[in-house]
Amino acid sequence: MSANHYDAIIIGAGHNGLIAGAYLARAGKKVVILERRPIVGGAAVTEEIFPGYRFTEFSYVVSLLRPEIIRDLELPRHGLKILPLPSTVTPMDNGDYLASWSDHDQTRREIYRHAPRDAEAADEYSRVMARAAKAIKPVLSLVPPDPSSMSVRDMLGLLKLGKYAKSLSEKELYRIAKLVTQSSADLLNEWFEFDPLKGTKSASGIIGTFLGPHSPGTAYVLLHHYMGEIDGAFRAWGFAKNGTGGVTAAIAASARAIGAEIRTNAAVKQVIVKGGRAAGVALENGDELHAKVVMSAADPKRSFLQFVESKHFPDEFTQQIKNFRVRGSSGKVNIALSELPQFTCLPGESPLHRGAISISPSIDYIERAYDEAKYGQFSKQPYIDMIIPSMIDRDMAPPGHHVMSCFVQYAPYDIDGGWDDAKRDAFGETVISTIERYAPNIRRAIVGKQVITPKDIERIAGITGGNIFHGELLLHQLFFLRPAPQWADFRTPLPGYYFGASGAHPGGGVMGAAGKLAAHEVLKDWR
Amino acid sequence: MLSTLELKRTPFHERTSRLSVTQNWRRWAGHIVLGSYELSLEHEYWAIRDGAALIDVSPLMKYMIEGPDAARLLHKVTTRDILKMPVGQVYYTGWCDDEGKLLDDGTVARMDEQRFRMTSAEPSLRWLAMNAVGLDVKVTEVTDRMAALSLQGPKSRAVLNRCCAEPLDKLKYFRLTNTSIGNIPVSVSRTGYTGDLGFEIWMDAEQALPVWDRLMAAGGDYGITPCGILAMDMARVEAGLFMLDVDYTAATHAWIDGQKSSPLEMGLDWAVNLDKKGYFVGRRALEREKREGSAWKLMGLEIAWEGLERLYADVGLPPQIPAMAVRGSLPVMHEGKQVGYASTSTWSPVLKKYIALAHLQRPHYEPGTSLTMEVTVEHHRRQAPAKVVKLPFYEPAWKKK
Ligand SMILES: Cc1cc2nc3c(=O)[nH]c(=O)nc-3n(C[C@H](O)[C@H](O)[C@H](O)COP(=O)(O)OP(=O)(O)OC[C@H]3O[C@@H](n4cnc5c(N)ncnc54)[C@H](O)[C@@H]3O)c2cc1C
Repeated sequence: MSANHYDAIIIGAGHNGLIAGAYLARAGKKVVILERRPIVGGAAVTEEIFPGYRFTEFSYVVSLLRPEIIRDLELPRHGLKILPLPSTVTPMDNGDYLASWSDHDQTRREIYRHAPRDAEAADEYSRVMARAAKAIKPVLSLVPPDPSSMSVRDMLGLLKLGKYAKSLSEKELYRIAKLVTQSSADLLNEWFEFDPLKGTKSASGIIGTFLGPHSPGTAYVLLHHYMGEIDGAFRAWGFAKNGTGGVTAAIAASARAIGAEIRTNAAVKQVIVKGGRAAGVALENGDELHAKVVMSAADPKRSFLQFVESKHFPDEFTQQIKNFRVRGSSGKVNIALSELPQFTCLPGESPLHRGAISISPSIDYIERAYDEAKYGQFSKQPYIDMIIPSMIDRDMAPPGHHVMSCFVQYAPYDIDGGWDDAKRDAFGETVISTIERYAPNIRRAIVGKQVITPKDIERIAGITGGNIFHGELLLHQLFFLRPAPQWADFRTPLPGYYFGASGAHPGGGVMGAAGKLAAHEVLKDWR
Repeated sequence: MLSTLELKRTPFHERTSRLSVTQNWRRWAGHIVLGSYELSLEHEYWAIRDGAALIDVSPLMKYMIEGPDAARLLHKVTTRDILKMPVGQVYYTGWCDDEGKLLDDGTVARMDEQRFRMTSAEPSLRWLAMNAVGLDVKVTEVTDRMAALSLQGPKSRAVLNRCCAEPLDKLKYFRLTNTSIGNIPVSVSRTGYTGDLGFEIWMDAEQALPVWDRLMAAGGDYGITPCGILAMDMARVEAGLFMLDVDYTAATHAWIDGQKSSPLEMGLDWAVNLDKKGYFVGRRALEREKREGSAWKLMGLEIAWEGLERLYADVGLPPQIPAMAVRGSLPVMHEGKQVGYASTSTWSPVLKKYIALAHLQRPHYEPGTSLTMEVTVEHHRRQAPAKVVKLPFYEPAWKKK
């Protein structure tokens, strides 16, 4: 085979593209992974925007990375290390805080301090959620079946596929079904009374969605956060050494070691179609590469509306992709700091600085933040999920200095009048002043900051619409409906063209399942 | 005054006891030391593997061996070539009885032409004195007089550079230097029990607390973390390092021959210098064993996670393994017949593997051999597939750099 002829071409070197490429190379295929940026990683990258300060630019917590991928690709040998992220603390307006730890007794004692009944409910709640997650989890590693409609009954059928689900009672199955359609506010109000507790728990249900805690469907997203807990010792929950870019660096090293070729600065313009089959790609620079199989690991809009001429797809399919909701709703502010942020509620340096810090005083606070976004504004008092990577991995900043990663919601992609520099500055300012209310030294400690709007996510990471999951994790965009009904098995209406990124089943997050499953489907079809 | 009814406290007790949330005290050579400081071992463990972990290792037995014949004594007692040992060098070594079976293991540091410091796990004064008959050498136990700290992890050098009188960038692996920390004389050796970059700091027990304080202050920016011996236990298994009374029995403590191990059986071939001049205790037996091959070998076992998953899936569970090292013997089998036993097993967070140190019978100790190890799945004894591997399991590039 000549230089530009391959068995398989993969578009996009995000973690899914890298994983798909590695699995295909492992099966002996000649693979090239093409990335438009000068670096690999997609939304899982670490960049040194200010010298000496390394930002985990977009994604910042590893929670769902599939253990079998870690093993198959020998990622620890290629440098993957997951450092502990042991706690979450919610600063309160009265100068106190609410913390939760990985240790059960510590957490119970802490919640008890604020709300004794919630302390007991919290135990029961996590058991119920973990059991539900355990039931749903096997579905994540399956190619979804394709029922013609989705009812609660189908949902239950789907669950029963999982071998762990056998142990669930009918009652528990119905509880799960309810979970899938409920709002996180409704769910949490059934269990708890203490506002900062409910606010903080509800926040994980709205991450990456354009919904508020009162919107139906958000309870399901909460469930996602319990998935990681099931892997026991093998769970990959925490902060990756060297930031999330450390994860993709390890995957890329593994892929290369197995023989996959990775080309950066290689933006794909179009998929070449010959005889009704995908046959290669044309790059922006004019080069052409040929292959038996092409897989897109970029977002669904690019993959189906941009890379391939619409004449190769049925109109209905194109319409479904057009309707696929990819409205970005989150922003990110990465801050380089000359000193540790001093939270009023956490004087000095505390173990809680090594965990997440959540600005989520109540469900209402978050719902109000959402209200503004609904009407085309960024939230004036946003939900912020912060970590201080340099407290976990000392290589992220010069000694004594720090970096802070602030995930912010809501910042709508379609902001009134469109995003511009002034709006980006104002958004950054809003985030800083929100943090300042809880950590008054923040402003004077700032050495530099990077403000990322959904438009910037689109521009830098190349995710159309800027949705962090390439498409919201909404019920009508999950399982056998992702990215479009009948096309959830990683194949597309164009033969030889596959799709294996966050916009495919089982969805976004640095999980790798889509890339791995897609590679398996490619191999199944190989002749 | 503490009475002899109590176990000894180390010179760092005043600090360590206040920092520990768990108050999880463990016995070590007649002392109490902390097993852990925090409720989960994760942070202490990752300090060893990614930051800087400060471990109180004062209970180590320590001896000064001085005089014109100091080198000859150690040459005779240990398996290393002490006559050729340069000043400033540290050797890890085992020592044997006449049958070539291990009595103990530790380090020997050459402080001077005629002055050595030796560490051991068990009291060794009598053994050294017996072998010193007719030699011009003085053996003094300094266990209580000398405090010792182990600073382990990739950031350990940066921390020491901040508080030692001179930078340690040139201090090589298993070398020793005399320096000071805040005017307190210390000797620093680039040694440890973790298989990572690391140093051990030796000082007068009276001066222990100010050295601890200086290190903690200097290490703040590097996330220095007081670390107990439980996290160290996980790290030492990854590093393929064994422990007396856990992974082998001292020949003098053994009731039956089967309980004894030779250094060759323990994989210490590299530390048994059969090419050295003259007699040393156990020489003849070790030469014979070298010729004939060892009946046993201490090797690594990697338990196949998929296999473990299958065993647990049978009862509807994901694999459940303890998040710490387990010091307990587990049978190792080949096609249903027992061919050895694992003496310590642990989950390895850095490798994401379940690993064990295992004593295996010839011919089953070749790397790559497929065996099984006992696991208890929901109260039932099952066999999990495992593979024999060379030790160490984990050796980062920076360990010797
Ligand atoms: C701000 C933010 C925070 C997040 N936080 C978390 C978190 O904490 N935890 C978590 O698990 N997940 C998080 N996520 C989600 C997670 O990062 C993504 O779901 C995941 O990284 C997407 O991986 P992917 O491989 O599917 O796609 P991507 O990483 O988006 O990769 C697609 C790749 O395709 C490339 N590409 C696009 N067009 C072309 C072209 N024409 N030619 C060649 N290459 C092209 C892109 O440059 C990109 O590298 C976050 C995402 C964002 C944006």
